[in-house]
Amino acid sequence: MLTIKRFASIPCGTDLTALYRATVGDYPKFFKMDTACKLGFLLAEQLADEPRFTPREDRAVLMFSTCGSLCNDRHYEETVREFPSPSLFVYTLPNIITGEIAIRNKYEGETSAYVMERFDPETFVALVEQAFQDSVTASALCGWVDCRADDDYTAFAFLVERGGNGKEFNVDNLYGTVNQ
Amino acid sequence: MRKVVCIGESILSPLGATPAENFAAVCRGESALQRYEGMFGVREPFVASLMDRGRWTVPGRTFFDSIVIEAAQRAVEAAGIDPASPRTAFVLSTIKGNIEYIDTQDVTLACSARRLADAFGNPNPAVVVSNACISGLAALLQGRRMLLSGRFDHVVVVGAEVQSRFIVTGFQSLKALSEAPCKPFDAARDGLNLGEAAAAIVLGFGESGWELVDGAVRNDANHISGPSRTGEGSYKALRYVLKHTSPEELAFVNVHGTSTLYNDEMEAIAIDRAGLLDVPVNALKGTFGHTMGAAGILESILSMHAVDARIVLPTRGFSELGVSLPVRVSAQAGTTDKRAFVKLLSGFGGVNGALLFRKGGAAC
Repeated sequence: MLTIKRFASIPCGTDLTALYRATVGDYPKFFKMDTACKLGFLLAEQLADEPRFTPREDRAVLMFSTCGSLCNDRHYEETVREFPSPSLFVYTLPNIITGEIAIRNKYEGETSAYVMERFDPETFVALVEQAFQDSVTASALCGWVDCRADDDYTAFAFLVERGGNGKEFNVDNLYGTVNQ
Repeated sequence: MRKVVCIGESILSPLGATPAENFAAVCRGESALQRYEGMFGVREPFVASLMDRGRWTVPGRTFFDSIVIEAAQRAVEAAGIDPASPRTAFVLSTIKGNIEYIDTQDVTLACSARRLADAFGNPNPAVVVSNACISGLAALLQGRRMLLSGRFDHVVVVGAEVQSRFIVTGFQSLKALSEAPCKPFDAARDGLNLGEAAAAIVLGFGESGWELVDGAVRNDANHISGPSRTGEGSYKALRYVLKHTSPEELAFVNVHGTSTLYNDEMEAIAIDRAGLLDVPVNALKGTFGHTMGAAGILESILSMHAVDARIVLPTRGFSELGVSLPVRVSAQAGTTDKRAFVKLLSGFGGVNGALLFRKGGAAC
Protein backbone atom coordinates (compact mmCIF):
# COMPACT_ATOMS: atom_id res chain seq x y z
CA MET A 1 0.00 0.00 0.00
CA LEU A 2 1.13 3.55 -0.70
CA THR A 3 0.68 6.23 1.93
CA ILE A 4 0.95 10.01 2.01
CA LYS A 5 3.95 11.07 4.06
CA ARG A 6 3.78 14.79 3.36
CA PHE A 7 1.85 17.31 1.32
CA ALA A 8 2.76 20.82 0.17
CA SER A 9 1.13 23.46 -1.96
CA ILE A 10 1.97 26.93 -3.17
CA PRO A 11 -1.01 29.26 -3.66
CA CYS A 12 -1.19 31.24 -6.87
CA GLY A 13 0.05 34.77 -6.21
CA THR A 14 2.83 33.71 -3.83
CA ASP A 15 6.02 35.78 -4.08
CA LEU A 16 8.30 32.90 -5.09
CA THR A 17 11.50 34.89 -4.62
CA ALA A 18 10.47 35.82 -1.09
CA LEU A 19 9.57 32.20 -0.37
CA TYR A 20 12.96 31.11 -1.70
CA ARG A 21 14.79 33.67 0.44
CA ALA A 22 12.83 32.67 3.53
CA THR A 23 13.24 28.92 3.14
CA VAL A 24 16.41 28.29 1.08
CA GLY A 25 18.54 31.31 0.25
CA ASP A 26 21.77 29.57 -0.80
CA TYR A 27 20.96 28.02 -4.19
CA PRO A 28 21.52 30.73 -6.84
CA LYS A 29 20.52 28.34 -9.66
CA PHE A 30 16.99 29.08 -8.50
CA PHE A 31 17.11 32.40 -10.32
CA LYS A 32 17.84 30.74 -13.66
CA MET A 33 14.73 28.57 -13.44
CA ASP A 34 11.42 29.20 -15.17
CA THR A 35 8.32 29.59 -13.03
CA ALA A 36 7.30 25.92 -13.26
CA CYS A 37 10.74 24.79 -12.08
CA LYS A 38 10.75 27.34 -9.27
CA LEU A 39 7.41 25.96 -8.11
CA GLY A 40 8.63 22.37 -8.30
CA PHE A 41 11.87 23.26 -6.54
CA LEU A 42 10.08 25.04 -3.68
CA LEU A 43 7.54 22.23 -3.29
CA ALA A 44 10.39 19.72 -3.08
CA GLU A 45 12.05 21.85 -0.39
CA GLN A 46 8.87 21.67 1.68
CA LEU A 47 8.58 17.92 1.20
CA ALA A 48 12.24 17.03 1.73
CA ASP A 49 13.01 14.67 4.57
CA GLU A 50 16.23 13.90 6.44
CA PRO A 51 18.96 13.11 5.71
CA ARG A 52 19.12 15.67 2.94
CA PHE A 53 21.45 15.75 -0.07
CA THR A 54 22.44 12.10 0.25
CA PRO A 55 22.33 10.36 -3.15
CA ARG A 56 19.41 7.95 -3.26
CA GLU A 57 18.06 5.83 -6.08
CA ASP A 58 14.89 4.78 -4.29
CA ARG A 59 13.05 8.09 -4.67
CA ALA A 60 11.17 8.88 -7.87
CA VAL A 61 10.09 12.33 -9.01
CA LEU A 62 6.86 12.32 -11.03
CA MET A 63 5.40 15.59 -12.23
CA PHE A 64 2.08 16.18 -13.96
CA SER A 65 0.48 19.14 -15.71
CA THR A 66 -1.72 20.23 -18.57
CA CYS A 67 0.49 23.03 -19.87
CA GLY A 68 3.86 21.28 -19.71
CA SER A 69 6.54 23.88 -20.40
CA LEU A 70 4.22 26.09 -22.47
CA CYS A 71 4.62 29.20 -20.32
CA ASN A 72 8.37 29.17 -20.82
CA ASP A 73 7.95 28.05 -24.44
CA ARG A 74 6.28 31.41 -25.11
CA HIS A 75 9.21 33.23 -23.53
CA TYR A 76 11.65 31.30 -25.72
CA GLU A 77 9.57 31.89 -28.86
CA GLU A 78 9.78 35.64 -28.22
CA THR A 79 13.58 35.43 -28.53
CA VAL A 80 13.67 33.34 -31.71
CA ARG A 81 13.43 36.13 -34.28
CA GLU A 82 16.34 38.10 -32.86
CA PHE A 83 18.62 35.93 -30.77
CA PRO A 84 17.35 32.50 -29.72
CA SER A 85 18.15 32.13 -26.04
CA PRO A 86 19.86 28.86 -25.09
CA SER A 87 19.18 29.49 -21.42
CA LEU A 88 15.44 29.73 -22.12
CA PHE A 89 15.48 26.83 -24.60
CA VAL A 90 16.70 24.30 -22.03
CA TYR A 91 13.54 25.01 -20.02
CA THR A 92 11.24 24.22 -22.97
CA LEU A 93 10.84 20.64 -21.79
CA PRO A 94 8.08 19.46 -19.44
CA ASN A 95 10.55 17.23 -17.55
CA ILE A 96 13.16 19.85 -16.63
CA ILE A 97 11.24 20.42 -13.40
CA THR A 98 11.96 16.81 -12.43
CA GLY A 99 15.63 17.29 -13.28
CA GLU A 100 15.93 20.42 -11.15
CA ILE A 101 14.40 18.60 -8.18
CA ALA A 102 16.66 15.57 -8.74
CA ILE A 103 19.80 17.72 -8.94
CA ARG A 104 19.03 19.74 -5.84
CA ASN A 105 18.14 16.73 -3.73
CA LYS A 106 20.43 14.11 -5.32
CA TYR A 107 17.41 11.97 -6.16
CA GLU A 108 18.91 9.45 -8.60
CA GLY A 109 15.77 7.36 -9.08
CA GLU A 110 13.16 7.58 -11.80
CA THR A 111 12.12 11.01 -13.03
CA SER A 112 9.12 11.30 -15.31
CA ALA A 113 6.86 14.05 -16.63
CA TYR A 114 3.29 13.47 -17.76
CA VAL A 115 0.86 15.77 -19.52
CA MET A 116 -2.89 15.30 -19.07
CA GLU A 117 -5.94 17.17 -20.35
CA ARG A 118 -6.95 18.24 -16.86
CA PHE A 119 -6.23 17.32 -13.27
CA ASP A 120 -7.81 13.90 -13.05
CA PRO A 121 -7.27 12.30 -9.62
CA GLU A 122 -8.00 8.77 -10.82
CA THR A 123 -5.33 8.93 -13.51
CA PHE A 124 -2.90 10.77 -11.25
CA VAL A 125 -3.17 8.11 -8.53
CA ALA A 126 -3.04 5.29 -11.09
CA LEU A 127 0.13 6.57 -12.78
CA VAL A 128 1.87 7.12 -9.44
CA GLU A 129 0.90 3.62 -8.27
CA GLN A 130 2.17 2.15 -11.54
CA ALA A 131 5.54 3.88 -11.11
CA PHE A 132 6.03 1.74 -8.00
CA GLN A 133 6.24 -1.32 -10.26
CA ASP A 134 9.91 -0.29 -10.38
CA SER A 135 11.20 -2.47 -7.55
CA VAL A 136 13.84 0.06 -6.50
CA THR A 137 11.33 2.88 -6.00
CA ALA A 138 10.40 3.15 -2.32
CA SER A 139 8.98 6.67 -2.34
CA ALA A 140 7.95 9.29 -4.86
CA LEU A 141 7.69 13.02 -4.90
CA CYS A 142 4.66 13.45 -7.15
CA GLY A 143 3.03 16.72 -7.98
CA TRP A 144 0.71 18.74 -10.13
CA VAL A 145 2.49 21.89 -11.29
CA ASP A 146 0.45 23.49 -14.01
CA CYS A 147 1.93 26.81 -15.02
CA ARG A 148 -0.48 28.52 -17.40
CA ALA A 149 1.38 31.83 -17.07
CA ASP A 150 3.97 33.23 -14.70
CA ASP A 151 1.17 34.60 -12.52
CA ASP A 152 -1.41 31.88 -13.12
CA TYR A 153 -0.60 28.42 -11.83
CA THR A 154 -1.67 25.49 -9.68
CA ALA A 155 1.07 23.82 -7.66
CA PHE A 156 0.89 21.05 -5.11
CA ALA A 157 2.81 17.87 -4.45
CA PHE A 158 2.83 14.78 -2.27
CA LEU A 159 5.59 12.68 -0.82
CA VAL A 160 4.23 9.15 -1.16
CA GLU A 161 5.90 6.02 0.19
CA ARG A 162 5.51 2.27 0.27
CA GLY A 163 4.11 1.24 3.63
CA GLY A 164 4.37 4.10 6.09
CA ASN A 165 1.94 5.39 8.71
CA GLY A 166 0.15 8.11 6.78
CA LYS A 167 -3.20 8.04 5.06
CA GLU A 168 -3.53 5.72 2.13
CA PHE A 169 -2.66 7.37 -1.17
CA ASN A 170 -5.98 7.04 -2.96
CA VAL A 171 -8.44 9.31 -4.74
CA ASP A 172 -10.51 10.14 -1.65
CA ASN A 173 -7.53 11.04 0.51
CA LEU A 174 -5.96 12.95 -2.36
CA TYR A 175 -9.12 15.08 -2.63
CA GLY A 176 -9.30 15.49 1.12
CA THR A 177 -5.68 16.56 1.43
CA VAL A 178 -5.75 18.98 -1.48
CA ASN A 179 -9.02 20.59 -0.36
CA GLN A 180 -7.72 21.14 3.19
CA MET B 1 3.72 -12.51 -14.08
CA ARG B 2 2.02 -12.24 -17.46
CA LYS B 3 4.27 -11.27 -20.34
CA VAL B 4 3.86 -7.93 -22.06
CA VAL B 5 4.56 -8.32 -25.76
CA CYS B 6 4.55 -6.20 -28.91
CA ILE B 7 1.59 -7.20 -31.09
CA GLY B 8 1.63 -4.51 -33.77
CA GLU B 9 4.08 -1.91 -35.01
CA SER B 10 4.28 0.95 -37.47
CA ILE B 11 6.90 3.43 -38.64
CA LEU B 12 6.47 6.52 -40.79
CA SER B 13 9.74 8.18 -41.71
CA PRO B 14 11.41 9.77 -44.74
CA LEU B 15 12.78 6.30 -45.51
CA GLY B 16 9.52 4.42 -45.63
CA ALA B 17 5.95 3.98 -44.51
CA THR B 18 6.25 0.53 -42.91
CA PRO B 19 8.68 -1.12 -40.50
CA ALA B 20 9.84 -3.43 -43.32
CA GLU B 21 10.58 -0.52 -45.68
CA ASN B 22 12.50 1.31 -42.99
CA PHE B 23 14.41 -1.81 -41.99
CA ALA B 24 15.41 -2.47 -45.60
CA ALA B 25 16.57 1.13 -45.99
CA VAL B 26 18.71 0.92 -42.86
CA CYS B 27 20.24 -2.35 -44.10
CA ARG B 28 21.08 -0.68 -47.41
CA GLY B 29 22.83 2.15 -45.54
CA GLU B 30 20.40 4.81 -46.69
CA SER B 31 19.57 8.06 -44.94
CA ALA B 32 17.36 11.05 -45.67
CA LEU B 33 19.70 13.43 -43.85
CA GLN B 34 20.24 16.45 -46.05
CA ARG B 35 21.16 20.09 -45.80
CA TYR B 36 18.31 22.61 -45.62
CA GLU B 37 18.66 26.34 -46.24
CA GLY B 38 15.89 28.70 -45.23
CA MET B 39 13.65 25.85 -44.08
CA PHE B 40 11.11 26.88 -41.41
CA GLY B 41 12.46 30.44 -41.76
CA VAL B 42 15.63 29.43 -39.92
CA ARG B 43 18.54 31.68 -40.96
CA GLU B 44 21.41 29.24 -40.48
CA PRO B 45 21.41 26.16 -42.74
CA PHE B 46 21.03 22.83 -40.98
CA VAL B 47 21.15 19.10 -41.73
CA ALA B 48 18.02 17.11 -40.88
CA SER B 49 15.91 14.12 -41.90
CA LEU B 50 12.47 15.55 -42.74
CA MET B 51 9.25 13.92 -43.93
CA ASP B 52 7.14 14.95 -46.92
CA ARG B 53 4.47 17.13 -45.31
CA GLY B 54 2.34 17.21 -48.45
CA ARG B 55 2.13 13.44 -48.48
CA TRP B 56 1.18 12.99 -44.88
CA THR B 57 -0.87 16.01 -43.79
CA VAL B 58 -4.58 15.22 -43.61
CA PRO B 59 -6.98 18.14 -44.31
CA GLY B 60 -8.23 19.61 -41.04
CA ARG B 61 -5.30 18.23 -39.08
CA THR B 62 -1.82 19.52 -38.41
CA PHE B 63 1.10 17.58 -39.85
CA PHE B 64 2.00 16.40 -36.35
CA ASP B 65 -1.50 15.17 -35.50
CA SER B 66 -1.75 13.56 -38.95
CA ILE B 67 1.32 11.38 -38.52
CA VAL B 68 0.46 10.52 -34.91
CA ILE B 69 -2.98 9.25 -35.91
CA GLU B 70 -1.74 7.52 -39.07
CA ALA B 71 1.03 5.70 -37.19
CA ALA B 72 -1.47 4.64 -34.53
CA GLN B 73 -3.95 3.46 -37.20
CA ARG B 74 -1.36 1.29 -38.90
CA ALA B 75 -0.20 -0.29 -35.64
CA VAL B 76 -3.78 -0.91 -34.52
CA GLU B 77 -4.53 -2.62 -37.85
CA ALA B 78 -1.38 -4.72 -37.61
CA ALA B 79 -2.36 -5.79 -34.08
CA GLY B 80 -5.99 -6.40 -34.99
CA ILE B 81 -7.31 -4.84 -31.78
CA ASP B 82 -10.39 -2.74 -30.99
CA PRO B 83 -9.05 0.80 -30.43
CA ALA B 84 -12.41 2.05 -29.12
CA SER B 85 -12.57 -0.49 -26.31
CA PRO B 86 -12.47 0.87 -22.75
CA ARG B 87 -9.86 -1.87 -22.20
CA THR B 88 -7.55 -0.13 -24.71
CA ALA B 89 -5.50 2.93 -23.75
CA PHE B 90 -3.41 5.37 -25.76
CA VAL B 91 -0.08 6.81 -24.65
CA LEU B 92 1.51 9.59 -26.68
CA SER B 93 5.24 10.28 -26.61
CA THR B 94 6.38 13.66 -27.86
CA ILE B 95 8.50 16.54 -26.70
CA LYS B 96 7.19 19.53 -28.62
CA GLY B 97 4.10 18.28 -30.51
CA ASN B 98 2.47 21.13 -32.45
CA ILE B 99 4.84 23.80 -31.11
CA GLU B 100 5.24 25.34 -34.60
CA TYR B 101 1.73 26.84 -34.10
CA ILE B 102 2.51 28.35 -30.70
CA ASP B 103 1.32 31.79 -31.81
CA THR B 104 -2.00 30.70 -33.28
CA GLN B 105 -3.31 27.47 -31.74
CA ASP B 106 -3.67 25.56 -28.50
CA VAL B 107 -0.45 23.56 -28.70
CA THR B 108 -0.64 21.80 -25.35
CA LEU B 109 0.52 18.21 -25.79
CA ALA B 110 -2.63 17.00 -24.07
CA CYS B 111 -4.73 18.38 -26.95
CA SER B 112 -2.88 16.16 -29.40
CA ALA B 113 -3.35 13.18 -27.13
CA ARG B 114 -7.09 13.88 -26.92
CA ARG B 115 -7.35 14.14 -30.71
CA LEU B 116 -5.49 10.83 -30.96
CA ALA B 117 -7.89 9.04 -28.64
CA ASP B 118 -10.92 10.75 -30.23
CA ALA B 119 -9.82 9.66 -33.70
CA PHE B 120 -10.39 6.09 -32.53
CA GLY B 121 -13.41 6.77 -30.35
CA ASN B 122 -11.42 5.74 -27.30
CA PRO B 123 -13.01 6.82 -23.99
CA ASN B 124 -9.95 6.73 -21.71
CA PRO B 125 -7.93 9.71 -20.53
CA ALA B 126 -5.15 10.27 -23.02
CA VAL B 127 -1.76 10.41 -21.32
CA VAL B 128 1.34 12.09 -22.71
CA VAL B 129 4.76 11.01 -21.52
CA SER B 130 7.10 13.93 -22.18
CA ASN B 131 10.43 12.95 -20.71
CA ALA B 132 12.78 14.78 -23.10
CA CYS B 133 14.73 12.53 -25.45
CA ILE B 134 13.83 9.33 -23.61
CA SER B 135 10.08 9.96 -24.04
CA GLY B 136 9.51 7.04 -26.43
CA LEU B 137 11.27 4.60 -24.14
CA ALA B 138 9.48 5.98 -21.08
CA ALA B 139 6.14 5.75 -22.91
CA LEU B 140 6.74 2.07 -23.73
CA LEU B 141 7.59 1.44 -20.09
CA GLN B 142 4.43 3.33 -19.10
CA GLY B 143 2.40 1.17 -21.49
CA ARG B 144 3.86 -1.95 -19.90
CA ARG B 145 2.96 -0.68 -16.44
CA MET B 146 -0.59 0.16 -17.48
CA LEU B 147 -1.08 -3.38 -18.74
CA LEU B 148 0.38 -4.94 -15.61
CA SER B 149 -1.94 -2.77 -13.49
CA GLY B 150 -4.74 -4.94 -14.83
CA ARG B 151 -6.82 -2.04 -16.12
CA PHE B 152 -6.17 -2.63 -19.82
CA ASP B 153 -5.78 -5.41 -22.36
CA HIS B 154 -3.99 -3.28 -24.96
CA VAL B 155 -1.99 -0.06 -24.90
CA VAL B 156 -1.21 1.81 -28.09
CA VAL B 157 2.06 3.69 -27.61
CA VAL B 158 2.66 6.32 -30.27
CA GLY B 159 5.77 8.50 -30.55
CA ALA B 160 6.21 11.36 -32.97
CA GLU B 161 8.15 14.54 -33.56
CA VAL B 162 8.02 17.14 -36.28
CA GLN B 163 10.66 19.80 -36.69
CA SER B 164 10.13 23.54 -36.60
CA ARG B 165 11.90 26.87 -36.25
CA PHE B 166 11.33 26.59 -32.50
CA ILE B 167 13.28 23.34 -32.14
CA VAL B 168 15.98 23.94 -34.77
CA THR B 169 16.90 27.40 -33.47
CA GLY B 170 16.98 26.01 -29.94
CA PHE B 171 19.48 23.30 -30.76
CA GLN B 172 21.46 25.80 -32.85
CA SER B 173 21.57 28.17 -29.87
CA LEU B 174 23.01 25.34 -27.79
CA LYS B 175 25.56 24.69 -30.57
CA ALA B 176 24.46 21.06 -30.54
CA LEU B 177 23.89 20.58 -34.29
CA SER B 178 26.44 19.20 -36.72
CA GLU B 179 26.75 20.88 -40.11
CA ALA B 180 27.16 17.44 -41.70
CA PRO B 181 25.46 14.07 -41.29
CA CYS B 182 26.16 13.03 -37.71
CA LYS B 183 28.80 10.50 -36.70
CA PRO B 184 27.76 8.49 -33.65
CA PHE B 185 30.67 7.47 -31.40
CA ASP B 186 33.14 8.60 -34.08
CA ALA B 187 36.36 10.47 -33.39
CA ALA B 188 35.20 13.28 -35.70
CA ARG B 189 31.68 13.61 -34.27
CA ASP B 190 30.65 17.20 -33.73
CA GLY B 191 26.95 17.24 -32.95
CA LEU B 192 23.55 15.86 -33.77
CA ASN B 193 21.01 16.15 -36.60
CA LEU B 194 17.29 16.51 -36.01
CA GLY B 195 14.75 14.19 -37.59
CA GLU B 196 11.05 13.65 -38.13
CA ALA B 197 9.21 10.36 -37.70
CA ALA B 198 6.21 8.72 -36.13
CA ALA B 199 6.24 5.19 -34.79
CA ALA B 200 3.82 3.10 -32.79
CA ILE B 201 3.79 -0.17 -30.89
CA VAL B 202 0.67 -1.90 -29.60
CA LEU B 203 1.43 -3.70 -26.37
CA GLY B 204 -0.65 -6.58 -25.09
CA PHE B 205 -0.31 -9.87 -23.24
CA GLY B 206 1.11 -12.95 -24.90
CA GLU B 207 3.38 -15.93 -24.57
CA SER B 208 5.41 -15.60 -27.76
CA GLY B 209 6.81 -12.81 -29.87
CA TRP B 210 8.76 -9.80 -28.66
CA GLU B 211 8.50 -9.36 -24.92
CA LEU B 212 9.09 -6.00 -23.30
CA VAL B 213 10.77 -7.66 -20.35
CA ASP B 214 11.35 -4.62 -18.14
CA GLY B 215 12.76 -1.15 -18.10
CA ALA B 216 13.97 1.61 -15.85
CA VAL B 217 14.36 5.37 -15.83
CA ARG B 218 17.09 6.94 -13.71
CA ASN B 219 18.31 10.50 -13.22
CA ASP B 220 21.92 11.64 -13.17
CA ALA B 221 21.03 14.26 -10.54
CA ASN B 222 23.90 16.23 -12.01
CA HIS B 223 23.00 18.80 -14.70
CA ILE B 224 19.86 19.77 -16.62
CA SER B 225 21.48 19.92 -20.06
CA GLY B 226 24.77 18.03 -19.77
CA PRO B 227 25.22 14.28 -19.31
CA SER B 228 26.86 12.87 -16.20
CA ARG B 229 30.62 12.35 -16.53
CA THR B 230 30.24 9.03 -14.76
CA GLY B 231 27.25 7.86 -16.81
CA GLU B 232 25.38 7.63 -13.51
CA GLY B 233 21.77 7.43 -14.62
CA SER B 234 22.46 5.34 -17.71
CA TYR B 235 24.52 2.91 -15.67
CA LYS B 236 21.81 2.57 -13.02
CA ALA B 237 19.10 2.03 -15.67
CA LEU B 238 21.27 -0.63 -17.34
CA ARG B 239 22.00 -2.29 -14.02
CA TYR B 240 18.26 -2.53 -13.36
CA VAL B 241 17.41 -4.29 -16.64
CA LEU B 242 20.49 -6.52 -16.46
CA LYS B 243 18.92 -8.19 -13.43
CA HIS B 244 16.77 -10.00 -15.99
CA THR B 245 19.52 -11.04 -18.39
CA SER B 246 23.25 -11.42 -18.87
CA PRO B 247 25.62 -9.78 -21.36
CA GLU B 248 25.98 -13.15 -23.13
CA GLU B 249 22.29 -13.13 -24.03
CA LEU B 250 22.34 -9.70 -25.72
CA ALA B 251 22.58 -9.34 -29.50
CA PHE B 252 23.46 -5.66 -29.04
CA VAL B 253 22.81 -2.49 -27.12
CA ASN B 254 21.06 0.02 -29.36
CA VAL B 255 22.35 3.24 -27.82
CA HIS B 256 21.20 6.86 -27.97
CA GLY B 257 24.34 7.86 -29.92
CA THR B 258 23.32 11.43 -30.66
CA SER B 259 26.86 12.18 -31.87
CA THR B 260 27.47 14.99 -29.42
CA LEU B 261 30.86 14.75 -27.72
CA TYR B 262 29.44 14.37 -24.25
CA ASN B 263 26.49 12.05 -24.85
CA ASP B 264 28.44 9.34 -26.63
CA GLU B 265 31.31 9.48 -24.13
CA MET B 266 28.83 9.24 -21.27
CA GLU B 267 27.18 6.19 -22.84
CA ALA B 268 30.55 4.51 -23.31
CA ILE B 269 31.27 4.98 -19.61
CA ALA B 270 27.85 3.60 -18.62
CA ILE B 271 28.31 0.58 -20.92
CA ASP B 272 31.70 -0.11 -19.38
CA ARG B 273 30.39 0.23 -15.82
CA ALA B 274 27.52 -2.13 -16.66
CA GLY B 275 29.97 -4.77 -17.90
CA LEU B 276 28.78 -4.58 -21.51
CA LEU B 277 32.03 -3.81 -23.34
CA ASP B 278 31.87 -7.19 -25.10
CA VAL B 279 28.37 -6.61 -26.44
CA PRO B 280 27.99 -5.03 -29.90
CA VAL B 281 26.70 -1.45 -29.83
CA ASN B 282 24.88 0.37 -32.59
CA ALA B 283 23.12 3.69 -33.11
CA LEU B 284 20.58 4.85 -35.68
CA LYS B 285 20.88 8.63 -35.44
CA GLY B 286 23.17 8.67 -38.51
CA THR B 287 20.24 7.21 -40.46
CA PHE B 288 17.18 9.04 -39.10
CA GLY B 289 18.70 11.93 -37.16
CA HIS B 290 17.37 12.52 -33.67
CA THR B 291 13.63 11.93 -33.92
CA MET B 292 13.12 12.96 -30.29
CA GLY B 293 9.69 11.72 -29.12
CA ALA B 294 9.67 9.02 -31.81
CA ALA B 295 13.23 7.77 -31.23
CA GLY B 296 12.62 5.24 -28.47
CA ILE B 297 9.83 3.54 -30.40
CA LEU B 298 11.36 3.80 -33.88
CA GLU B 299 14.71 2.44 -32.74
CA SER B 300 13.13 -0.35 -30.69
CA ILE B 301 11.07 -1.57 -33.67
CA LEU B 302 14.09 -1.60 -35.99
CA SER B 303 16.12 -3.43 -33.36
CA MET B 304 13.43 -6.13 -33.13
CA HIS B 305 13.47 -6.52 -36.90
CA ALA B 306 17.25 -6.79 -36.83
CA VAL B 307 17.27 -9.59 -34.27
CA ASP B 308 14.51 -11.37 -36.23
CA ALA B 309 16.77 -11.18 -39.29
CA ARG B 310 19.78 -12.22 -37.16
CA ILE B 311 21.50 -8.95 -37.98
CA VAL B 312 23.31 -6.33 -35.92
CA LEU B 313 22.48 -3.13 -37.78
CA PRO B 314 25.34 -0.88 -38.89
CA THR B 315 26.00 2.51 -37.30
CA ARG B 316 25.79 4.89 -40.24
CA GLY B 317 28.33 7.71 -39.89
CA PHE B 318 30.71 5.77 -37.64
CA SER B 319 34.20 4.87 -38.83
CA GLU B 320 36.81 5.49 -36.10
CA LEU B 321 36.13 5.01 -32.40
CA GLY B 322 36.11 8.36 -30.62
CA VAL B 323 35.22 7.54 -27.04
CA SER B 324 37.64 6.72 -24.22
CA LEU B 325 36.56 3.09 -23.77
CA PRO B 326 36.72 0.17 -26.23
CA VAL B 327 33.01 -0.01 -26.99
CA ARG B 328 32.23 -2.51 -29.77
CA VAL B 329 30.49 -0.13 -32.16
CA SER B 330 29.15 -1.92 -35.25
CA ALA B 331 30.42 0.04 -38.22
CA GLN B 332 29.10 -2.52 -40.68
CA ALA B 333 26.15 -4.87 -40.44
CA GLY B 334 27.03 -7.97 -38.45
CA THR B 335 25.32 -11.23 -37.66
CA THR B 336 23.92 -12.52 -34.39
CA ASP B 337 22.19 -15.60 -33.06
CA LYS B 338 21.14 -13.91 -29.82
CA ARG B 339 17.50 -13.24 -29.00
CA ALA B 340 17.52 -10.13 -26.81
CA PHE B 341 18.68 -6.52 -26.91
CA VAL B 342 18.76 -3.41 -24.75
CA LYS B 343 17.49 -0.02 -25.90
CA LEU B 344 19.25 2.88 -24.21
CA LEU B 345 18.39 6.61 -24.28
CA SER B 346 19.33 9.76 -22.40
CA GLY B 347 17.99 13.28 -22.38
CA PHE B 348 17.88 16.79 -20.98
CA GLY B 349 16.82 16.99 -17.40
CA GLY B 350 19.48 14.38 -16.60
CA VAL B 351 17.10 11.58 -17.49
CA ASN B 352 18.21 8.16 -18.77
CA GLY B 353 16.36 5.00 -19.62
CA ALA B 354 16.94 1.38 -20.56
CA LEU B 355 14.52 -1.23 -21.88
CA LEU B 356 15.14 -4.95 -22.26
CA PHE B 357 13.44 -6.78 -25.13
CA ARG B 358 13.52 -10.55 -25.62
CA LYS B 359 12.12 -12.73 -28.39
CA GLY B 360 10.16 -15.60 -26.94
CA GLY B 361 8.49 -18.68 -28.37
CA ALA B 362 9.83 -20.82 -31.15
CA ALA B 363 12.81 -19.54 -33.10
CA CYS B 364 11.81 -18.27 -36.52
